Amino acid sequence: MNLEKLTCHEIHNLLKSKEITSLEVTSAVISRIEAKEPDVHAYITTTFDEALEQARIADKEISRGKELSPLTGIPIAIKDNMCTKGIKTTCGSKMLHNFIPPYDAFVIQRLKEAGAIIIGKTNMDEFAMGSSTENSYFGPTRNPWNLNTVPGGSSGGSAAAVAANEAILALGSDTGGSIRQPAALCGVVGFKPTYGRVSRFGLIAFASSLDQIGPITKDVTDCALLLNVICGYDPHDSTSVNRPIPDFTKSLINDISGIKIGIPDEYFIEGVDPEIRHSVEKTISAMEDLGAIRVRVSLPHTEYSVPTYYLIAPAEASSNLARYDGVQYGLRIQKEGLVDMYSHTRTQGFGNEVKRRIMIGTYALSAGYYDAYYLKALKVRTLIKQDFDEAFKKCDVLITPTSPTPAFKIGSKVSDPLSMYLSDIFTISGNLAGIPGVSIPCGQTQDGLPIGLQILAPLFGEERLLQTAYTIEQNINC
Amino acid sequence: MVITKKEIDRVCSLARLELSSSERDEFTCQIDSILGYVAKINELDTSDILPTSHPIPLTNVMREDEIGESLQIEDVMFNAPDAGRGYFRVPKIIE
Repeated sequence: MNLEKLTCHEIHNLLKSKEITSLEVTSAVISRIEAKEPDVHAYITTTFDEALEQARIADKEISRGKELSPLTGIPIAIKDNMCTKGIKTTCGSKMLHNFIPPYDAFVIQRLKEAGAIIIGKTNMDEFAMGSSTENSYFGPTRNPWNLNTVPGGSSGGSAAAVAANEAILALGSDTGGSIRQPAALCGVVGFKPTYGRVSRFGLIAFASSLDQIGPITKDVTDCALLLNVICGYDPHDSTSVNRPIPDFTKSLINDISGIKIGIPDEYFIEGVDPEIRHSVEKTISAMEDLGAIRVRVSLPHTEYSVPTYYLIAPAEASSNLARYDGVQYGLRIQKEGLVDMYSHTRTQGFGNEVKRRIMIGTYALSAGYYDAYYLKALKVRTLIKQDFDEAFKKCDVLITPTSPTPAFKIGSKVSDPLSMYLSDIFTISGNLAGIPGVSIPCGQTQDGLPIGLQILAPLFGEERLLQTAYTIEQNINC
Repeated sequence: MVITKKEIDRVCSLARLELSSSERDEFTCQIDSILGYVAKINELDTSDILPTSHPIPLTNVMREDEIGESLQIEDVMFNAPDAGRGYFRVPKIIE
């Protein structure tokens, strides 16, 4: 049996019935990582010794008859922007190439309490800025479906690791689509919860009003299991929402009859790859056959979401990244004067995309430009949010393509930042509005590249998303 | 041009970044095209619209000021590029 190919819930059942051990699962995943990494490069750091030790502990607890959590003994990969105590956390940057956090992020504490096994830290665009994982200081990740193409980004390492069976589960983070877009390009499930559902404590900040942690998994059931562990109130994050968390596995209901699915006109436009459009249309028809009701809706400010995002996100980033000054941790380039030390450290520590965004953000926030750029963008954000409020009066969920194109060739967009930014055209609005979204596999192109379908729901509509995604997964042969 | 090389220099000095002359040309050109693109939002009349800084309604979150657990000094200083006697050491700033 190739244990690395199984889902978390399948492994859980086999562990429970004592047919396999966590050590066997962990060893199978490690062998798989060793075989695939020269090609895929999904990881920045692996933690095999600690993982094997944790697996032995899990097995001892299982043999003693301790109650198993659904994640006990399951190897999980963590995007390298979440702090792991004693394990290097680089954020894909030279600036943090040597940073070893003295504490665990909230989600890591939760995973450890649930008995999950951290197998390594995954590659990402530097400071989560990018849509291809090519902006990593540690070199690009390759898409396991076609090694000449990108895995998407910025959580490209996590998505590629799950797709290549180099991890059973993974965590990513999503600021403008960074969980959903790589999940689509790698043919896996990627879920961005409502803003505030998952604590950002210990997540290295990119754009604080947009960042959200979420699962990247092989199927929808695993996604619900992982959400159960990571969601919840945390007083360490002032934007964490204090609201009861349902048991998300209760939403794994195979039924969408009577559910109103909104199809936004603005998401089925010129420029969407025809094969993606066809696959998504086909899935929508199949959903209608299952009893869903198709509703035409409009999100009229969609074309303003990328421009709005590329003012708000860089503005927040320029402020968040001001802390990297060579004083407390990370890289320092030693110089005679303090200001010289700051600027040499920052100039050598940050890559080009990070510098570009710091510059755009600094400009948009600077005296004389604040009202015209930053404040204006915040007002347009209100209009984008209102579009969703209006649309959700007519439907329960929205169905769209996740990405306008399948995985693109490595290097093809690197020199043109603007064309790269448009990769997130269908995911960005969800972050601006704070709503939850999931990307699930929805067929393949003729070239054999995965296609992703995005489902969006109103604030705190995670349960609806899971039920819809689960029903599609169980019934529709994409 | 939306942004000039001189403004790029000003931004770099605010953000503590230094560019070589070829980088300065390249970044000016790229950032100019990005700013030209994002200026699209000016097509919209937002005079009656309130800004949204956060996607969910939030008020200030307060807590009692109680002494809690904190990290050990040596764990915090472990990552410091230069430290001594429990302090971060920086280049001399006062003559």
